[in-house]
Amino acid sequence: MKARPVTWLTWGALAFFMLNLAGIVGAVVTNSFAESWFGTWLPNGYTGKWYGEAWRDYRLLDVLVVTFQVAIAVVVISVLIGVPTAYALARRTFPGKKLLNVLFLLPILMPPMTYGIPLATVLYKFHLAGSMAGVIAANLVPAVPFVVLTMTPFIEQIDTKIESAARMCGANTFAIFTRVLAPLLVPGILAASILVLVRTVGMFELTFLTAGPTSQTLVVSLYEAMSSAGIRPQQMVDSMAVIYTGSMLVLLVIALRFVNPTQLVTRLKDPS
Amino acid sequence: MTTVVERASLKHRLAEKGVDRVLWLLVPGAVFVVLLFVYPFLYGLQLSFQPKGGGSPFQNYVTFFSDDYLAETVWITLRLGLPAALFNVLASIPIAFRMRGRFRGKRALTTLLVVPITLGTVLTAEGLLAFFGPTGWFNRIWIALGADEPAKLTHNYWGVLFSLIITGFPFAFLLTLSYLSGIDPTLEQAAATLGASKRQRFRTITMPLLAPGLAVTFCLSFVLAFSVFPSAVMVGNPAGETHVMSIAAYETALRDNDFALGSAIAMLMALVMLVVIGVVLIWRTTLYRGATGGKG
Amino acid sequence: MAGQRFAELHLDRVQRAFGDTVALKGMDLTIKGGEFVALLGPSGCGKSTALNCLAGLLPLTGGRITLDGKRIDDLPPEKRGFGMVFQNYALFPHMSVRRNIGFGLSMRKTPKQELARRVDEAVRLVQLEEHQHKFPAQLSGGQQQRVAIARAIVLEPPLVLMDEPLSNLDAALRLEMRTEIRRLHQSLGLTTVYVTHDQEEALALADRLVVLRLGEVQQVGSPEEVYAHPVNRYVAGFMGYRNMIPVTVTAQDDEHATVRADGVELVGVKREELGAQAVAAVRPEDFTVVAEVGANTLEAVVEIVEYHGREQAVEARLGDGSQLHVRTTSRLAPGDAIRLRVPVERVLVFA
Repeated sequence: MKARPVTWLTWGALAFFMLNLAGIVGAVVTNSFAESWFGTWLPNGYTGKWYGEAWRDYRLLDVLVVTFQVAIAVVVISVLIGVPTAYALARRTFPGKKLLNVLFLLPILMPPMTYGIPLATVLYKFHLAGSMAGVIAANLVPAVPFVVLTMTPFIEQIDTKIESAARMCGANTFAIFTRVLAPLLVPGILAASILVLVRTVGMFELTFLTAGPTSQTLVVSLYEAMSSAGIRPQQMVDSMAVIYTGSMLVLLVIALRFVNPTQLVTRLKDPS
Repeated sequence: MTTVVERASLKHRLAEKGVDRVLWLLVPGAVFVVLLFVYPFLYGLQLSFQPKGGGSPFQNYVTFFSDDYLAETVWITLRLGLPAALFNVLASIPIAFRMRGRFRGKRALTTLLVVPITLGTVLTAEGLLAFFGPTGWFNRIWIALGADEPAKLTHNYWGVLFSLIITGFPFAFLLTLSYLSGIDPTLEQAAATLGASKRQRFRTITMPLLAPGLAVTFCLSFVLAFSVFPSAVMVGNPAGETHVMSIAAYETALRDNDFALGSAIAMLMALVMLVVIGVVLIWRTTLYRGATGGKG
Repeated sequence: MAGQRFAELHLDRVQRAFGDTVALKGMDLTIKGGEFVALLGPSGCGKSTALNCLAGLLPLTGGRITLDGKRIDDLPPEKRGFGMVFQNYALFPHMSVRRNIGFGLSMRKTPKQELARRVDEAVRLVQLEEHQHKFPAQLSGGQQQRVAIARAIVLEPPLVLMDEPLSNLDAALRLEMRTEIRRLHQSLGLTTVYVTHDQEEALALADRLVVLRLGEVQQVGSPEEVYAHPVNRYVAGFMGYRNMIPVTVTAQDDEHATVRADGVELVGVKREELGAQAVAAVRPEDFTVVAEVGANTLEAVVEIVEYHGREQAVEARLGDGSQLHVRTTSRLAPGDAIRLRVPVERVLVFA
């Protein structure tokens, strides 16, 4: 088939976008390895020392440990809360279901800042802000609805007749959950977990609003490092950014092994 | 019914309405959403009516709208969010359209388009500053091509807009792609057998079925762009032309410790966002929203 | 294997409503141990509702179910110990054939050795030896059906419930599985309640038929009774009396009615008390194409002819415009004027 001008235009625009993107990423990566780089095409020398200095100065090991702990806690808790909720919402119609559906949709629809500031205020009131618990609680707000939203189609595609069949075979509710539903939901739970993990590691606003000095995740300490740049060379911030992007990339590659790329984003069902 | 019916037990009658033991599973979720979302939100709402300095309950809102520096944030945020969301959605359509079906390298291309999700705002900001900066690669090529002076693309409106496009486009693209692949391709084939040209098929079959999905995509893209915060600080001009609502809310609440005014700004932010989304969703109700025949 | 026989399962005014619509209106039925009962009717007649109520998957909204005098309708399905075969089989997709069949036994904490022995036996019974380690997705429809049946009967349940188990199979396989189900019932003697909308299937399989309509029982009886002596025009229509000729009653006694249709007198068997208007029900195959006018003979014009091998299916039209369905071995062509005779005992007159 002969390609038409629109097709050429589309691919051309995409190539231009990609070229710029490569330039943007390339500039940061290049700078993170630069001895020094001022007003020239390329730096005048290369070194890996900034990574070591950033690792030490920003205490990145501690930050990564915190990030990991927060992310795992958020994943585990949001799955434990979200999966049963998604099951009940998918399987039953009951008075007040619409309201509950909306309440589980809003945290995903609202900009984190809008509920983050009141949430931070409340957490400060209860002396939870600044602690790891506060950061985890704040990150749960969008994570649980996200698990519910991701799990719902997985649950809906399991025929209720399968549960009936298990009942007819003498299985009680507990056995149905452990022997029939759980094995069938493993792919969904895996997908939801990895997606929540990626989103939590990347979540800036809520962590920023609620974290204290010892409960910062990587993305927040990266922001802090950049805002307070000037004291330290730009290259250190850049090498830290590369570390962040590198770890996100690893997570994404893992995620894409288990989930379809389109699941990375929230696909809303018809709300009507 | 007037027939004599043995009265069913309460348990049965509740089960009839969908109320049975399964609903216990909702308890943790409901407690969570009330405790961590509804309560803080309502708390913030009532806090916004208790101005720090006393006075009328609406004092915070009056302050917001009478202070030009604050009032202008609404306009600034919309001016960033709407074009960014619109661009991301519109740019997604032709690309997603060409990503349908199977071809070699599709997975690689999709992955490439998704990569910006991993960049994060800080790397994007650093990259934009370096790449589009006065001595960056972009401006070097720009001058080499014959321009008189470097284009000013950072620390202003454009820097933030680029940042929003880079971080927002993958989301818009993936959503559009998933809605598009939900449309049964045989519908278009059917239209072709009825004599519809490629353009007609796009206009009369694909677009009407895709439009509701695009509306949702636009809403989510808008929310993403509307809540812009870190990039407006880093690549924008946070005290001037990119002084967006998030910055105003954050600075008032956590830097100046005026939680009441900060909450008021957050509430206004939610309101503006709901108005925009509401308008889009009302338009959406005028569209066909049934099954699109494909693999959901 | 033999089921734990019970003497009598009794449904007493069993009612099930969904909101304001009553799907099952006070059903009374007694099922004896070892019986094969078919619930027959079109979709929406309440047959599946009745089955689900028996299974315990749907709570009753009225009435009671007793098994040998013991009330069971308040027991959850897993406590009733019945077996069930679902329309779409509802096999556990993540378990092999053997584990699907053994699931119920493992729920009952059956010792490993006995479990293996009984699963072996069930696998052999439904001839799935070669496929026993496969997963449901790797099986054909007929094989999945066999797994579903084996899973239901391996527990030797007192009652096996079957919900249109053959409706997802193609025509040839359906006949084969029908024989299979009958064979299993004869050799195991498991009491079975079978739901179907296919009258042929019900007649072929069941010892007793229950015909339902709009949630109400129309007729209960042996296949012969229901087939030959339908109690009303609805059951007749369902039993293959495709011709429902509107008639005016001219005379009637206790057994017979004389009616007038298209200007012709017909004598038929009276099945209900009649008013002035009635319908005469005739099966397509009970018409004979004859040469001359005589008693109980209608005149019609052939419109459509379908070739069915030995027979032809013919649509003809009477002078008054009403349509007739006829099956005949005579060779006819569209446009032929024909005379159709029907014996008196093959005309059923309903109110």
